[in-house]
Amino acid sequence: MKARITAARLLGRIGFMLLMLAIIGFALFPFYYALVSSFRSGGELFQPALWPEHFDLRNYAQIFTQQAFGRSLLNSLAVAAAVVGASLVLSVGAAYALGRVRFRGRGALLLTVLGVSMFPQVAVLSGLFELIRALGLYDTLPGLMLANMLLTLPFTVWVLTTFMRELPKELEEAAFVDGASPLRMIWRVFLPLLWPAMVPTGLLAFIVAWNEFLFAFTFALSPDVRTVPVAIALLGGGSAQELPWGPIMAASVVVTLPVIALVLLFQRKLVAGLMAGAVKG
Amino acid sequence: MSGSARTLARTRVRSAWLFLAPTLLVLAAVAGWPLLRTVWFSFTDADLADISSDRFIGLANYLEHDQGEWYGVLADPQWWGAAWRTIWFAGVSVSLETVLGMVVALALNVRFRLRGLLRAAILVPWAIPTVVSAKMWGWMLNDQFGVINHLLMGLHLIDQPVAWTASPTLAMWAVVMVDVWKATPFMALLILAALQMLPTDCYEAGRVDGIHPVRMFFRVTLPLMAPALGVAVLFRTLDALRVFDLIYVLTSNSNSSMSMAVYARQQLVDFQEVGYGSAASTLLFLVIVMLTLSALALTRWRADGEGRA
Repeated sequence: MKARITAARLLGRIGFMLLMLAIIGFALFPFYYALVSSFRSGGELFQPALWPEHFDLRNYAQIFTQQAFGRSLLNSLAVAAAVVGASLVLSVGAAYALGRVRFRGRGALLLTVLGVSMFPQVAVLSGLFELIRALGLYDTLPGLMLANMLLTLPFTVWVLTTFMRELPKELEEAAFVDGASPLRMIWRVFLPLLWPAMVPTGLLAFIVAWNEFLFAFTFALSPDVRTVPVAIALLGGGSAQELPWGPIMAASVVVTLPVIALVLLFQRKLVAGLMAGAVKG
Repeated sequence: MSGSARTLARTRVRSAWLFLAPTLLVLAAVAGWPLLRTVWFSFTDADLADISSDRFIGLANYLEHDQGEWYGVLADPQWWGAAWRTIWFAGVSVSLETVLGMVVALALNVRFRLRGLLRAAILVPWAIPTVVSAKMWGWMLNDQFGVINHLLMGLHLIDQPVAWTASPTLAMWAVVMVDVWKATPFMALLILAALQMLPTDCYEAGRVDGIHPVRMFFRVTLPLMAPALGVAVLFRTLDALRVFDLIYVLTSNSNSSMSMAVYARQQLVDFQEVGYGSAASTLLFLVIVMLTLSALALTRWRADGEGRA
């Protein structure tokens, strides 16, 4: 009787482990397969292989020499960095106001910010198109940066506000008695405490801006302002022939590696940040 | 003393508005104003080449009766096809993601040897750009050289290669699979956050009474988590309803697998019909607003019911 129970428990444990391994395999296989494919070129690609037989870097050389992929990488980096920087600077001030000061309309403002993060991008597309063209920013990186603020700013304001609200109330009282101005107080009192929240928030915003496609595909199409997602979507897309899968996989690996490295490096903070934003939301 | 406290409070409120101003200005510029303009354009015949030469044409972009024929977005079978397809996609993918996300979250909530690896592994699909995921899966699902057809034929599960992304019905299932692959991690982390907030004393009581864990899950865990789970499902559903990148790239912008957002963008940018495309965008926005409002009403109604009981 006892032996049967432990046998059942062992079977259950093996089943659980197999399920977990299946989930891990499902999660990782597409990236692994892209990596393997990126080392194969020409006719080799037509023979699916599960293991890399040799490390042929021709596809990587091709995307950087023939497609100006380096330029797209720099564009993506510039857009994402500017958007994250601007979002964080603006949202620290906004989070101070929304998280530490009581005033009429605060709840409504918070709800508005949350509502904006639910906007479908396509619902603002024609209005933004008109605005960006009127500002003379069509087909430029600053235009794309402005558009991307729609995706990052509500999120950073929301997360930093919930974080600000949790900080002890005595913090600014002492500073106020000393006669410090609010700006000075944010700088000296809150900023040092906010860093732990700003790192995962900034990282999440970076990923959003780095991955953005619809705005980039509408507002910045010419080759020298393209961001990486647009460059990959358009790689060989114009021809009726079979797509150049080797270079596409190489490009996919190149854009994905930095993001995966960042995510794995900041894993714990990121999970905590995501969950913090979620629980309060 | 109280007078100076009041001035202090007043200066604080004034400085709060000062700190809020830049954020509100940017949000008004990139969200509020463009949304109003989109709604306005939907009542005009604006086109992309000269967007400001718009003429008010009433509801004609939505629905118009002219010489015995109906015109407008609401009379376009392609719009309705896109609308039902998007709703089907949101329903199927979010259901699968909720169930699978629950499994992953429950696993991440207990200690076992592979936990660290599992947490790291599920973050990878979430972080990969959607365009890249669509390309990776597009390559794996390629009808001639794809590894999935290759493996399935090797296992004799299919006799000949399947055109996963070209056939209209299979393509939508392929889209669902990639979306499940990509969005389940997000769902799992939201559910995990809710799991970790649960009070532990119910579980101890249950364990003492010798209640089976599965029964515990359905009788205790699930009801306690319902509010957080509802929020997560709502977030994901709103996200799924505006799906664009994945469908656009994976199914090569084909008419038989368009979502509402793809339809709207096609009218707006490819056909340059800003008025007509804005009408479609406005309809998508209304669908999302109505869903959010009914979800809020539902939670309020349920909270009222529980309060009275």
